[in-house]
Parts: sequence; structure tokens; C-alpha cells
Amino acid sequence: MENTFQFFDFAAILGAAECSWCDIALDILLKVVFALASIMVVMCFAGLSVVAERKVCAFIQGRLGPNRTAIPIVAAIPVLGNFLKKNGLMQLVADGLKFLLKEDPLPKHVDKFWYMMAPVMSLSPVLIAACVIPFGAYWSGGAMRPLAAANIDISLVFALAIGSLGVYGSMMAGWSSNSKFPYMGGVRASAQVISYEIAMGLSVLSVVISVAADSSAPLSLFEIGRAQDTLWFCITQPLAALIFLIALFAETNRLPFDVAESEADLVSGFHTEYGSFKFGLFFVGEYGHMVVGSSLFIVLFLGAWNPFPGLSWPESWGWVSALFSFLTFIAKIAMMLFFFIWVRWTLPRFRYDQVMRIGWRVLVPLALLNFTAYLVMASI
Amino acid sequence: MAIVVERKRLSLLERTYLPQIVSGLFITIKNFFRPKITLEYPDQSPVLPRGYRGSPTLVKDSQGREKCVSCQLCEFVCPSKAIRIYPGEISPNSEYSFIEKAPKEFKIDMTRCIYCGLCEEACPERAIILQNEFSLNGYTRAELVRDKAALYAAGGVIPDKIMKWKKVKDNSELGGSH
Repeated sequence: MENTFQFFDFAAILGAAECSWCDIALDILLKVVFALASIMVVMCFAGLSVVAERKVCAFIQGRLGPNRTAIPIVAAIPVLGNFLKKNGLMQLVADGLKFLLKEDPLPKHVDKFWYMMAPVMSLSPVLIAACVIPFGAYWSGGAMRPLAAANIDISLVFALAIGSLGVYGSMMAGWSSNSKFPYMGGVRASAQVISYEIAMGLSVLSVVISVAADSSAPLSLFEIGRAQDTLWFCITQPLAALIFLIALFAETNRLPFDVAESEADLVSGFHTEYGSFKFGLFFVGEYGHMVVGSSLFIVLFLGAWNPFPGLSWPESWGWVSALFSFLTFIAKIAMMLFFFIWVRWTLPRFRYDQVMRIGWRVLVPLALLNFTAYLVMASI
Repeated sequence: MAIVVERKRLSLLERTYLPQIVSGLFITIKNFFRPKITLEYPDQSPVLPRGYRGSPTLVKDSQGREKCVSCQLCEFVCPSKAIRIYPGEISPNSEYSFIEKAPKEFKIDMTRCIYCGLCEEACPERAIILQNEFSLNGYTRAELVRDKAALYAAGGVIPDKIMKWKKVKDNSELGGSH
């Protein structure tokens, strides 16, 4: 890779390499468009997974879930209206509107600045981390290129580092709310994320080493995805995949690890004092974190944009192949989100001490063991 | 003496939780595809069980005579004091003049009614009957106080083959034995 911060090569696609200034302007414009597009992907998924969460949990419990909310004019459209209504998709709009239009109270006892910053801090890292995720691949000038807003050489480290900044949102919320339940929630969230970050980072190393064998940029998500056009890493390194998956559940504060907002003992955890739009930001941030986390898992272990192990979209198909790679990735994200929701409605919550024990006494040693074993195997 | 129940030692596989988690996931996915038990209420109505006690109504017999004779037993027995009866005499010109009294006004406050069915049990004429209607609503409290007309409209007609009052009336007019 010749430059470390290589962006999407739009000029080459559009053949607009003639003039330099319009080239730069076009480049900037397209980057903005692409950044917006990747944010859109994450936000759409975050929104849809809220509906999916409600629908899937209802189905698992033998209920039907939201199927009555109707927007007056849209619901009157013959087939589509009924489809949207039955599948609870209009509930999404209603929820969003509710979060937007509700009164936004600011409790008197909070630290106002950090209280306001916390929801922003929990959502924005997710959106920043989304820009390095390769949502697919395309071919240009005989070389495979990622369908990512920014293709940087250390995108794996970038995504892990920025993605885990989201916990500052929970910590700020917990501290600034100046009330005991959010405080406990914030403490738990930070302790949990710190513990599982280690296991997560260690489990990724073995993948990076195996990519490093035949790539100059093993920390790039694109290169990692590319290395899986034959065998996926979840097949060659199942233990690393399992550790990463468990750590991912803990990182995103999903059940069975959602001690940070366990309703049973902490009311609603770190966002107890929040309401309306600020709560909505936390909510979207949580689901956005799930989307980014699961796309990381997909890139690292589930073969990225390749449809099946041993099968990849051929270069000769051109843009059709690029489109399919994007669709494959999207389908995989959807499946991962379903898995997240499915697990949530299956397992009870771990106790806080159990969470810590699993993190420090099981996952970290296992990840270390996995890493050293892999090192030994690779060096032989 | 307390009995110490020996706990089963978990195997290594069981202590990893993973097989249990997988079997749990199978259970939930099986439920996911099962038919749903939700009753979509306003679109589908529930099947009411036998002996269901819905709202109390007044009924007429097959000849259109109101069966209530204003004895006020239901009013007395009503534990929530939802029933209020204003008795009135039947004029001698009426077709039903043999009966002494009929309610001038009969009110049931549905915001007070507890659907216990004691009025139905107390009624010697079987004039007040709890039916299957269960969804009562209105915009004001006054709307939920059902007057005589509303109660008869909700109650309808009950087929009464014997019609005791008619028998007694005929006997007294035609001089038959009692």
C-alpha cells in the first residue's frame, strides 16, 4: 500500500483525472457523500434493529409484537400500507417522533455539561468507527478496493479504539447524573468494557498474525477481509472467534452482559436520569454499537463480503460483483443482529461478579493461551 | 435433621455454559416459529366461556311485556349499589294491568357495577340477566349510567313459553281455578 491514508479512488472510476481542481472538489464531495452513506447504513440498521428487537422478542414469547401503529396517509396505500403496519415498521417512525417531540427535562441535580455530552459521546464514536468498515469490495484498475469511506492501514486498531470510546458516554452519564443508580451503572459499564477489551484485543491478534503471512498491512480490515476469500477465520480459529464474540456481547452491553443497565437492580442503569431525545441517542448509540461490532466480527471471522467459505464474488463480474459483495455484507449484519437479539431473549443476565470472573479468569487467559498457541504454531 | 442433598458435580463441558446456551437458543427459536397465541382483540373477538357474566340487562318476554315487576330485590342485594329503581304502578287500562307494578325508571350505573351476578340470582321474575356484553365505554360518566330504554335495548327478548302472568290473568278473567 503506497500511501497510508488512501481513500476511495473516485477519480479513477469516473475518469475525471483531467483537471486537478475539479478532481479535488469531486473527491471531497464524494467523500462526504460516502461518509453520509456509511452513517446511513449504520443508522438504518440501528433503527430497524429496534423494530426487529421488539418483533423477535414478541415472536419468541408467542406474541405478535407491534402491528397496529399506522401513519394516516401511508397506511392507506393498498398492499404496502398493510405490510408496513403488520411488520411494525411504522412503529419505528412513531418511536422516533416520540423521542424527538417529548419534553426534554433537565434534572436540577445533574452536572449539566457532562450530562448533555454523555449521549453525544455514546453515539458519535460508533459513527466514526463505521467509516473504516469495508462494507464490500469493488475492482478498479485491476486491483480490489474496499467499499469504505476511509481505507486506512490500521483500520482494525482504529475501529476497536474509537468504538470502545463509547463507554465514556456511559461513564459520563453515570457520573454526571448525580444519583446512585446511574453511578453504579457507569462504574459497572467501565469495569466491564475494560475487562473485555483485553480479551477482545488478544483474540484478534491471532487473526492479524495469520493475515500478516501474506499481506503488508495486516491491521487493515480490508486486508483481513480479503484474506478470507477461501477459508473463513471462524473455521480456522474457532476459539478466537468465540472469545471475540463473547467479548463483543460484553462490549455492546447486551444481555447476558448488560449489568450496566440491569433493570432488576439498577432501575435503568446509567441512563436512568435521561428522557426523550437524549435517551433516544443512548438507544441508537447502543444499537449502532451492535451494528459496528457485528460488522467487525463479520470482517474478522465471518468472511467479510464473501458469500460462503471457499467462494468469493469473481472479479470478472465487475460492478455486479461489487453490488453482491455489499449485499452479502448487509445480509450478514442482519443475521448477526438477529443473533444478538435471539441471545438476548434466551439467556438471563449474569451477576456482576460472574461477569468479572468470566472476563478475567476465563476469557483473558483463554485468549492469551490461544494467542501463544498460535504464535508457536505459526513459528514452527 | 436436615438432609444434605449432594449436588451433582458439573462436567467441564457443562461448566463452560456453552452447550446449555445452545440448547436454550434452540428452545427459543422453536418458539419463534410456533403459532402465536395473541388474540388480535378488536379484530377478533374472544370466545366467551359458558356462564360468562357480562353486563346486566333487562329482558322482555316473547309478547313484549317487561318482565320486571319493580320488587327492588336486585336493588337491595346489589353490593356496589349500582342499581336504582323507581317503581311505578301500571294503569288499569294497560294490557298488562293484572300486574301491579313496573319500573318507571330503572338505572344501572355501569361504572359501579362489579358484574357479580347477585341481581340475576335475586330476581324472582328472571327479568334481569347478565349477558355476554363486556366492552362498555363512553366519554362521560353519565353516558355509562344505563337507563331503562338502554337496558331493554341491550337485553332483548327472552322466549318464555309458560308466561305465568298471562296464565294468572286469564284464570282471573275467565274464572278458572287457581
